[in-house]
Amino acid sequence: MSKTNNSILTDIKKAKGLGSAHHGATHKLLHDITTLLNIPLVAWMIYTIYSLRAASYEEFVAWMSNPISIVVSILFVIVTLKHFALELQVVYEDYISCKSLRLIKIIGMKLFFFTLGVTAIISILKVAFTAGI
Amino acid sequence: MAEFTLPKKSKVKKGEKFDATNGGDNTKNFKVYRWNPDEDKNPRLDEYDINLDECGPMVLDAIIHIKDEVDSTLTFRRSCREGICGSCAMNIDGRNALACLTPINEIKGDVKITPLPHMPVVKDLVPDLNHAYAQYASIEPWMKTDSPAPARERLQSPEDAQKLNGADGKGPAGCILCFCCTTSCPSYWWNPDKFMGPAVLLNAWRWITDTRDEATDERLDQLEDPFKLYRCHTIMNCTNACPKDLNPAKSISEIKKLMVEKHS
Repeated sequence: MSKTNNSILTDIKKAKGLGSAHHGATHKLLHDITTLLNIPLVAWMIYTIYSLRAASYEEFVAWMSNPISIVVSILFVIVTLKHFALELQVVYEDYISCKSLRLIKIIGMKLFFFTLGVTAIISILKVAFTAGI
Repeated sequence: MAEFTLPKKSKVKKGEKFDATNGGDNTKNFKVYRWNPDEDKNPRLDEYDINLDECGPMVLDAIIHIKDEVDSTLTFRRSCREGICGSCAMNIDGRNALACLTPINEIKGDVKITPLPHMPVVKDLVPDLNHAYAQYASIEPWMKTDSPAPARERLQSPEDAQKLNGADGKGPAGCILCFCCTTSCPSYWWNPDKFMGPAVLLNAWRWITDTRDEATDERLDQLEDPFKLYRCHTIMNCTNACPKDLNPAKSISEIKKLMVEKHS
């Protein structure tokens, strides 16, 4: 199919292309789930930032060491970054018609968000477990 | 990357002006897209001032009048002139519609007519729909069964028939394949080679929801693809554009729901 531009193909051959990729439903499902989860998580994060706006470093570390804060913060990082990555993938698929460039961008974007997520989670754990010591 | 401007040779220029009012007072100006593949020229917008007392009430009546009485070179498709064949689908006053169902007096000011957007143009108002038809053929729009054919017709309850026809007659079986919806869809504009578009997906749903069809699994498998189905972002231009008041966006969301059900 790589020489499509120079080949004489029937309309039905062009329309069928390589056929179905047999995936996409999981992407849609994950997108919808992360959208719903983002509603309470983002509201929680905004409330937290607002309530800790005048807190000292020690007060912040004390809050961060709370098991609920650790778990919800990590959930917030995972869900928002996953949602962002899923959305960005759709944008790349919509607007980048060059297949190889699209693939490179999607892989690069996923690596970036994975690195960002791991860094954020390690940072949360580090503050929670070592900053107060 | 996606292209956001027209290529140099596709930019629409100002065209000729024809006065066919014949001294009448009840006149209207029609700006019609013209392009001839045999001439190495840019497309242009020709202007026709016509006397509305000399033609019927619909936009199709006006362009038939232009072709018959003013400029016989104008090319367009038409057949039934009553909203059944879908041939006269075109962009009228910035909106995809059937010329035969669009009253002239509902359009304020000049009437701008261009071919269905984002399709190759064969000539003037005639779009090349070969790819869209091939996409339609690719979903195999006929009844597929494993059970042996019964001695009489395959039975369907009135409730099940209503899934196809709709309680108000606006179910997926009402599609006339004019492609007003598909050509109004931005997702189809960006990925026409792979995205099936609302008209084809509406028809896919028509067969998936048909209780007599036994290939639901195969049909869902064929559609499960990030491009064939999931380019639809529920923009809803399709539902807004449909001249038969059908709801392709709802049909697409029903397919997506069934996909989730299949995976869970």
